[in-house]
This record gives sequence, C-alpha cells and structure tokens, in this order.
Amino acid sequence: MTTPLVEAEGLVKRFGDLVAVAGIDVRVEAGEAFGFLGPNGAGKTSTMRMIACVSPPSAGRLRVLGMDPLRDGPRIRARLGVVHQEDTLDLELTVRENLLIFGRYFSLPRPVIRARADELLAFVQLTDRADDRVDALSGGMRRRLAIARALINEPELLLLDEPTTGLDPQARHLVWDRLHELKATGTTLVLTTHYMDEAEQLCDRLVIMDGGRIVAEGSPRDLIERHVGREVVDLRFTDDTERDAALTRIGTDGVRAEVLPRRLVAYTDDGDRLVAGLGTAGLHPAAMVVRRAGLEDVFLTLTGRSLEE
Amino acid sequence: MSRWFGPATVRVIEHQAAVQRRFWRGSVFGYVLNPVLFLAAMGFGVGGLVAEGSGKVDGVTYLAFVTPGLMAAAAMQTAAGESLWPVMAGMKWLRTYHAMITTPLGPADVFAGIVTWTGLRATAGGLVFVAVGAALGGVRSPWAPLAAGVAGLTAAAFAAPLAAFAATQETDARFPVIMRVGIVPLFLFSGTFFPVAQLPAVLRPARFASPLWYGVELARAATLGRWDPTLPVKAAVLVAVILAAGVWGRRTFTRRLVQ
Repeated sequence: MTTPLVEAEGLVKRFGDLVAVAGIDVRVEAGEAFGFLGPNGAGKTSTMRMIACVSPPSAGRLRVLGMDPLRDGPRIRARLGVVHQEDTLDLELTVRENLLIFGRYFSLPRPVIRARADELLAFVQLTDRADDRVDALSGGMRRRLAIARALINEPELLLLDEPTTGLDPQARHLVWDRLHELKATGTTLVLTTHYMDEAEQLCDRLVIMDGGRIVAEGSPRDLIERHVGREVVDLRFTDDTERDAALTRIGTDGVRAEVLPRRLVAYTDDGDRLVAGLGTAGLHPAAMVVRRAGLEDVFLTLTGRSLEE
Repeated sequence: MSRWFGPATVRVIEHQAAVQRRFWRGSVFGYVLNPVLFLAAMGFGVGGLVAEGSGKVDGVTYLAFVTPGLMAAAAMQTAAGESLWPVMAGMKWLRTYHAMITTPLGPADVFAGIVTWTGLRATAGGLVFVAVGAALGGVRSPWAPLAAGVAGLTAAAFAAPLAAFAATQETDARFPVIMRVGIVPLFLFSGTFFPVAQLPAVLRPARFASPLWYGVELARAATLGRWDPTLPVKAAVLVAVILAAGVWGRRTFTRRLVQ
C-alpha cells in the first residue's frame, strides 16, 4: 500500500483559548479528490493551513507527503500547490508575469517555467489575456489564474480553499470544469467548501466538519444514503400545530424528520407515499416539495442546523 | 528557522525587481531628477547664500557638504517608502506574502528579501547621486562611489526595523505618524543640511541615536575623501542596527504569516 499524501491523527489547532480544530483524523490517498465540507468557522481553513505547512499544529500528528511539516516544511511545500480563498496575486503584474515569478520561488529554470506557463494559460483559458495586468481581470479569471499559478511546480497535491466562493454561477462552472479536468488526469485534490453542490460535484470522498470536529465521513452518495435516505420531503405549514399533527402522522410510519419553525424536513425512501399518507389523514401543508436528498440534508440531520446560515 | 540569506532570499528579490520593472520609467526619472533638483536647490540656492556669508561649511563648499547628506537622507526616504505600506500590502491588502510562503520560501526569507532589495535600490540611487554630484562639482574624492554602498547600508538600517514594525500592525494608521515624528526630524537634524555643531549643545548628543547621522558621516567621509578612525565604528553601528532589527523582523514576519 502506498503512503497517504495526508495523514492526520488527533490534529488540533488552537488560537489562544479558541479551539479551531478539535482533534481530527484524516487520510487522503493519491489520486482522490477529498473535501472538507462545513459552515464558516468549522475549522476547514485552519486544517488546510496546517496541511499546507504554513501553520504549525497545536497537537496531534500530521504527515504530508510522508513528511513532518514542522521539520520538512520547505521540502513539502515544494511539492504542493495552494489556491487561497482570497486573491493573493500580484495585481500590478501581468497574467504571465505572475506565473513566471511564482515559478522562480520553486527555483525552477526559466525556460521550464516559460514552457509551463504557456501550457497552464491554455489550460485555464487565459492565453489571450496573458499580457494583461491582473487588476483588469474578473473574479473568475483571477481564480483560474490562481489555479494555474498553483500548478506551476507540477504539484503532487493541490489544496484549494473555497475555490468558487464569491464567483458567479458561470464562473463557478468554468472553475469546476478545470478541476474535473485535473481530477481526470490524476491530480490529488483537497478542497474546502461550504457549498454542497460543489462537494457533490467534485469530491470522491469528504468529511463534514462542524465546530472543529468531523461529524461524518464518506463519499457523497454514501453519506446521503447512510444519514438521510433517498428522498426528502420539505413541508411548510401555516402554523406549528399543523406541523406537529403532520409530525405525529409521519412518525407512525417510522419516518424521521427535522423539526423547524412551521417546517418539517422528512427523510424517506419514498416521498410520494409519505405525501399520499398525509392527504389520507386530512393534512394539507401550505407548500410541499419532494426532492432528491443532498449533502445539505446530511448536515441538517447531523447538526440540526442549515449549512448556509 | 531558515537562513538569514541564501537562494530563497534571492527569489524574493527577483519578485521585488519584477514589480519594480513595471514602474522603471517613473523610478529612473525619480532617481535622476531628485538628485538634480535637490542639489540644484540646496547646493546652488542655499550654497550661494553660504558663500556670501561664512563662505565654507566644515571647510568645503556648501554643495560639497550637502551632497552626501542628501544622498544618505534619500536612502532613508527610499527605505521608509518601501518598508511600511508595501509590507502592509504584502501582509494584508494584496496578501502576496501569503502566496510566497506556500512555496519553499519562508517568512524570514520574505523579510530578508525585501530588506536586501531596499538596500540594493538605495545603492543604485546612491550611484546616480554620486554621478550627478560629480557633474555638479559636489563630489571630489575617488572614494566617492563608496558612498553608494553607504546609502545601501543606511537604507537597510531603516528598512529592517520599519518592515519588522509594519508586520506587527493591523492597519496603516501609525505609518504617517512614523513619517512625521520619526523620519522627517531625522531628515532635518542628522547633519544632513548643516553640521550638528550648529545645534544647541543639549541636543547634539541626540545624533548618536539617529541611524541617518552615521550614514551621513560615512557618506561624507567618502565623497570628501576624509578618513578618520571613527568610521569603522560608525559603519559597525549601522550593521548592528540591521542585525538587531533582523532578529526582530524574522520574528514578526513569522508570527504574522505563520499562525
């Protein structure tokens, strides 16, 4: 068996009294796309910073590419690619200059960097903007450039912190498209996100984080089936009395539901049957949606809270 | 902790040079124009008045006296300009330092790179100053090119503590205060425009606390070709300032960037 690219046991990060990461175990194998899903403040970024070897762990054991970040930081970082949540590009330089300069940080020879820069600009579809200054680029283009920059050293592991936060839908799809391409060519991806659709789209395997802890782990399908079931019936009521009546009714069928103000979110393998049952009992919710279960529902089930609060 | 200086430092210098290259037209203009304007105004303007009055300052024309003073003061100004706001930009506004440290470079390399770069820029500016000064008649000694090195050393002696300090700040609110309360008085009272002997006796010892004064003394010794045994001590003081601020800056950069 090959060494995992990331291996954490009981990993802790504290900032003074604040515990950002409260002891997590993670393993990322070569070739997989691994995600940290959770709301803001769940400890995702702190975890990523530790893996990126720019933040020493407060406790626990961490190995990245089989090495110790405290002792071998520069050697590990030479083989990583990092895309930050916020822009860290040189705005006053051109698109191409950003890549050329960044390649030098890895002490790569200039002809090698130039050749790779051309390839990467084509890969992120910025060839025609190569000589424009970065401050003239849109948010989506900047993010693609940040991805290209993180690939200049041909990293074995690409870390992406909230890769599409703040982008419009079209720009997000372009970024996803590029990340799918990287996945297909065997690059190991580790990303954080608070978008369920992003996690479902990109991740082979993910952990759900909340309050610095991992509350669930598995493939997106796996997590949904294990914690939620195939379908979700989202019911809205005009008052909580009706809601409670419906809750009692579906409870007799052994269906589990999340109780929210004037709202029930019921998890079942047969949504239509549940809806029909409510009708028979003379209960008519104000609004009713039957949909496929998603990671959002897993999060709601596990924490009692919505992910995008 | 990484080394004080090595290939990683050079990588940071390459970055600084690439950014600078975008503005080279503007900066070359400044490099040449500033000395010309300052030397013309001070050397010929004020110098003319001095010639009518006492005639000489410190045994030489006012132009010859003020040229090395202005050169060292310009190095200090360069350092102040490069080490406060640009450091805040790298840490917070553009966050380019955060990108640097995801590579084999570390925070101490970033610090050493920007201080060294500032020293190199000031050395280049010093060479232009020596050339302009020579053309105008304010530089007489064959040792004058050494003054450019002094300019670099002086700039580093300011860049190191200012960058170290900038890394501890959350906003740039204190930077204008440093300029007004720190840089401007040093600019005026470090033997730049007139001999320290002109100051009231109680104020004269204050010069020993001004890194600029050591730079001015060394630059003046070079452009006038005057050797005296205190020069190595004065150079050692600047080096000591750089090393002490280096210890501090490596720490503040690390604390800020690696959390």
